[in-house]
Amino acid sequence: MLARVQLPRTAKPGEVIEVRITIQHSMETGFRFELDGRPIPKNVINSLVARYNGAEIFRAEMGSGIAANPYLQFYTVARQSGAIEISWVDDAGNRGAERAPISVTG
Amino acid sequence: MSARRRFISMVAGLFAAPLLPARPARGQQADPFAPLVREITGGAAVRPGRVTVDTPRLADNGHSVPLSVNVDSPMTAADHVRSITLLSSRNPRPLMATFHLSPASGRAQVATRVRLAGSQRVLALAQLSDGSWWSGGAEVEVTESACLDAT
Repeated sequence: MLARVQLPRTAKPGEVIEVRITIQHSMETGFRFELDGRPIPKNVINSLVARYNGAEIFRAEMGSGIAANPYLQFYTVARQSGAIEISWVDDAGNRGAERAPISVTG
Repeated sequence: MSARRRFISMVAGLFAAPLLPARPARGQQADPFAPLVREITGGAAVRPGRVTVDTPRLADNGHSVPLSVNVDSPMTAADHVRSITLLSSRNPRPLMATFHLSPASGRAQVATRVRLAGSQRVLALAQLSDGSWWSGGAEVEVTESACLDAT
């Protein structure tokens, strides 16, 4: 699954930084049908966790009410240099993860 | 009272009686969120305020409506937002998402894009670290719902 995590390259210690992620995923609701009438099974990214150097900073449980190619924007306090890794799993059991580095100086 | 008057009032009563319970008093319209909110909070009191939901007033379609929730909180270890829950009043699955925050968040704000099956009120519930629940919402006018194919 394609995904992109965006955060500032650098930050000062204690600064609140914005974290944004988009994941390429159809977030199938389970209410749609194929052209031949077969129902398309529900398949959404149901949980997503963001970890900053291994420590959980944000968690989301999502349903079919979240739009396709889910986008999330949240905040965290910059503490030390390292990386923010975001991982997720969908109803079909497919897992994905994406990380972005951050350097904290000053 | 003459027998004729008694008869007329009886007949009138007969016709009027079934109409009464079918008409609830004005202002008693059921809150579409109430049962789900009770389930989420476990019956705890939810106070309006501290939560603001930002959405465009009018969305061209309901497939992807930008939505941002902001909770008025200092986000310290002693006083922070534990969770934010997004509810829809018209979607087939009203529970849209739950976000878990902590003092490490620094700011109690989450933005995403939601699916909306038509014009409706969106409600955000926030639970603070002291266990209290707060809510805020926004009305969104959706000109074309995400529900054309029963989404």
